[in-house]
Amino acid sequence: MSFWTRHQIFEKNSIILIVGILLVIAIGGLVEITPLFYLKSTIEAVDGIRPYTPLELAGRNVYIREGCYLCHSQMIRPLRDEVERYGHFSLAAESMYDHPFQWGSKRTGPDLARVGAKYSDDWHVTHLTNPRAIVPQSVMPGYPFLSKTEVDPDTIADHMRTLRIVGTPYTDDQIANASADMKAQADPDNAGSDAFTKRYAKAVVRNFDGKAGTPTEMDALIAYLQMLGTLVDFKIYNEKANLR
Amino acid sequence: MTDHHSDIDPVSGRSTTGHEWDGIKELNTPLPRWWVITFYLTIVWAIGYWIVYPAWPLISSNTTGLFGYSTRADVAVELANLEKIRGAKMVALGAASLADIEKDPALLALARAKGKTVFGDNCAPCHGSGGAGAKGYPNLNDDDWLWGGSLDQIMQTIQFGARSGHAKTHEGQMLAFGKDGVLKPDEIVTAANYVRALSGLPTRKGYDAAKGEKIFAENCVACHGDGGKGNPEMGAPNLTDKIWLYGSDEATLIETISQGRAGVMPAWEGRLDPATIKAMAVYVHSLGGGK
Repeated sequence: MSFWTRHQIFEKNSIILIVGILLVIAIGGLVEITPLFYLKSTIEAVDGIRPYTPLELAGRNVYIREGCYLCHSQMIRPLRDEVERYGHFSLAAESMYDHPFQWGSKRTGPDLARVGAKYSDDWHVTHLTNPRAIVPQSVMPGYPFLSKTEVDPDTIADHMRTLRIVGTPYTDDQIANASADMKAQADPDNAGSDAFTKRYAKAVVRNFDGKAGTPTEMDALIAYLQMLGTLVDFKIYNEKANLR
Repeated sequence: MTDHHSDIDPVSGRSTTGHEWDGIKELNTPLPRWWVITFYLTIVWAIGYWIVYPAWPLISSNTTGLFGYSTRADVAVELANLEKIRGAKMVALGAASLADIEKDPALLALARAKGKTVFGDNCAPCHGSGGAGAKGYPNLNDDDWLWGGSLDQIMQTIQFGARSGHAKTHEGQMLAFGKDGVLKPDEIVTAANYVRALSGLPTRKGYDAAKGEKIFAENCVACHGDGGKGNPEMGAPNLTDKIWLYGSDEATLIETISQGRAGVMPAWEGRLDPATIKAMAVYVHSLGGGK
């Protein structure tokens, strides 16, 4: 059999073809994916990254449920125009506690990786309720029901336990106080807010939706949006040590 | 079965695959030799990639490649090049004082152009693409300024924001006179009508002007000043002009007086570099209402 007809072995024997495919895919996975789990350079060593607070986590669940990722990415690529517009490119460390990550692959709307602290809470309430009230040319749907739906503080601890199984370092203390922390973050007058901010560094306590009472999905989603991209202090971030 | 590999199609003289349907046999036409050679060459080319670009994971790191390519280093170079393209003028903009920028036509043009771009990316979602504002978000084209309309005051507001949580932010808010029980509902209605009268708007029937004046003097003058002319030190708006942040109808005014107002403008220091903030201040100042 000449060199130019060797491929016929694969084409004429289905078992050999299957074995060949398995071998190639296995090597692809082992070589391209497995090392990312043990290589230290995969995730930058940076200060400030912490797991989501219970309220932020509930907001993140709303974000996923409503499919925000279909139109918004959370990934500022290391390209000049993106850095100019959105700020420092995203670090792997910034999504290390995202299960699953929300990098997205489509931008009908702008990237949200650093939307935190960019607009006021009021703006988010108005914009989420009816985007065209404030950005006339927007094609984003309105989500007015978020203000009317309360989040359930009792199920969030289970979610945190689940995340702990896949590697998010929630402490027993954080899980035990999940439901109280959720209420505390949305209410500056809550007696538990000091204990809450001790458990979650740099977490912001505010009445995000501007309404009194049990936290709503609006509170949760805005708490989540307002912390996106704010955890790493780029004044002390070591650019040179993290070149990839 | 045994010898169909050697079947030769009598018409074309090609070998067949041996498969036959109703007397029609499938020719075994090989891929063109040039195609197969190109295919194998692409595999060889990939090996070149392994050598010059970062490719293989190792035990504690990965091969970095002969070119030493890094996307992150690359973007830093790109940004440095961008600074070079923007040139000395941009550096001069960073160093110049706001007053100097106003005097130098070249710097002024640069600051306005830069400010306009950055405004679109960062400010337009609240203040509108032309700076015309929206309910709760000030119009930047008029000459009415909550926190002052001079270049320095505008820059300070952009840098530190209003009620932004920044240590140097503008503080001060409209109190909730109804919610906090300071004024009774009927007093709030009277106060709302007094405020409407200040701008020459019609008042409702049976409105008691003397009572309104008394309520205003006791509760509102401290921030909004005598005659309601406002006070940019506290972000208290002028109530005598026809410019309204939340609305001038009676219902909105009653809501404002009873629930209070405390609109937030984020602090931009840290998010935008100092030269950019300067350019923004110059741009906003040039929008039509700068003092």
